[in-house]
Amino acid sequence: MQNIWVLVEHAEQGATSMSLELLTKARDLADKVEAFAWGPDTASLASELGLYGASKVYDAGDIGDALPGAPVASAIARQLAELAASPDAPEALLIGTSYDGRDIAGRLSAKIDRPVITNVVDLVVEDGELHALHAIFGGAQTATSRFTGAETSPAIFVVRAKSFAADQATTPVSCEVVPAPPGELDATNAARTIARHVEQQSGPKLDEAAVVVSGGRGLQQKENYSMIEELATALGGAPGASRAIVDAGWVPYSYQIGQTGKIVKPTLYIACGISGATQHMVGMKGAKNIVAINKDREAPIFSIADLGIVGDVQKVMPKLIDLLKSRGG
Amino acid sequence: MNVTVCVKQIPDPAAPASLDPATKTLMRDGKLIMDDSDSYGVEMALQLVDAAGAGEVTLVSMVPNNEVAGVRTALAMGAAKAIIISDDTLRGSDALSTAKVLAAAIRRTNADLVIAATESTDGYTGTMPVQLAELLGYPAVTFARKIHLDGSKVIIERQTEGGYDQIECPMPAVVTVTAGVVEPRYPSFKGIMGAKSKPVEQLSVAELGLDASSVGAVGARQEVVAVAAAPEREAGEIIEDEGDAHERIVEYLERIKVI
Repeated sequence: MQNIWVLVEHAEQGATSMSLELLTKARDLADKVEAFAWGPDTASLASELGLYGASKVYDAGDIGDALPGAPVASAIARQLAELAASPDAPEALLIGTSYDGRDIAGRLSAKIDRPVITNVVDLVVEDGELHALHAIFGGAQTATSRFTGAETSPAIFVVRAKSFAADQATTPVSCEVVPAPPGELDATNAARTIARHVEQQSGPKLDEAAVVVSGGRGLQQKENYSMIEELATALGGAPGASRAIVDAGWVPYSYQIGQTGKIVKPTLYIACGISGATQHMVGMKGAKNIVAINKDREAPIFSIADLGIVGDVQKVMPKLIDLLKSRGG
Repeated sequence: MNVTVCVKQIPDPAAPASLDPATKTLMRDGKLIMDDSDSYGVEMALQLVDAAGAGEVTLVSMVPNNEVAGVRTALAMGAAKAIIISDDTLRGSDALSTAKVLAAAIRRTNADLVIAATESTDGYTGTMPVQLAELLGYPAVTFARKIHLDGSKVIIERQTEGGYDQIECPMPAVVTVTAGVVEPRYPSFKGIMGAKSKPVEQLSVAELGLDASSVGAVGARQEVVAVAAAPEREAGEIIEDEGDAHERIVEYLERIKVI
């Protein structure tokens, strides 16, 4: 591979960890790695992107209160059109599975009429083309996909978080900032953010936490979810949830672990009152250690747990929380 | 106001799924049900039309074999009518081809707002609604947990990692809703009986004026080349709680050096 582009998202402090994971993988796959970013201060990302091997960052610029989907996809499409037939045209574009990443991928795909492969967990080069792996049937099987036909370049892949480790390049490169504005925008760009509400959150983020404590239907009622939060706090981890209790409205979507949620790979995963539907298992079976507490001895979660407790979460959890607290964390 | 809701009819997620050995696409020939993820969008659409005091909810669904069972569920909840697109040439469609088909159908519905789930339960690509918005030339707001009507605009609470953003968006627009944000109503007996006589228009790819080569397996321009079993994870120790399970867990956490 000659050239891969990576969509880089700006976090409070530099690029998101997912962006760095994708840059690291792109470096493995291609001779040249370039980034595409947006925001009021993309230049501040350049030195960090250079450490991860990106020699250039195209900057869509400040989009103000607009949602990123339409303007960033426009900026990418414009840049692609400009580079068409040039040796600088990318063969592939890697985008992380985030709220904005999926919006940008979808917009871009329709705008330039290119298919997109999503939920990618690994990428390999076969006969000079990229093949993407994704988990099916709850992670029991892995499917390998490729693009076919002529009109598929650049290949757009939307990659799940934690698919790759983020590592700096042995030799950092200097990263040039190239303005790449979106140009004229139409009605597709009409939505505006008028206020942001950030709920108070303590502890690590769910997809970056070393310990994840997750709750399911076995908690019986919404109020009992506080035990999940308490145990997570006691272990310095993050609380998560099965789809069942997200669908029931007990916790927000951002807590959901599984196929239609987040994939987590913590050192320790504690599943409380989760039976282990394939939907859920695909999101957590990559954990290094798994502890499961469930009343039903036949629950599928026990087939992948390193320590399985057949018992009532409402009896086990309070005692576990008290014991951990009495040890001083 | 008129709201069009994209509804996917999928194999029952509780039943074991399988791939077609030849094409390696998901087998979708058995009984289909409405994707549970779509029930939240249907409920929101019904509430918006109620709040507006006029208009109706139309469903659009692309399905194999003219399947209507799932769509009837949403009609029973209160949607007024449905358009289903069923055509052999659609077999193997990817998200973008699906968006092209649904966009062509939605153009016939005169919708002020198009609602879809953030992602389907079976395919879960999560890109279709935004592709649809681009094809229609509409703005899109994804991951909505609340939609309020405000004249010719909608005010939307969009879920984020740390909370939510308040978004103002003119109509027409595409909005995706996450599961669990409203309580979908149960169809009443009257609703179920009434759904049987509600209009369901059945359309083919040609009737939508689409080129068959832009949809289906050809239009998808992607294929599954291999399917392999993922490495198995071994079950470890399983113990019955006899009042001391918490101690056993703490011992385990010490052993793996988490505490």
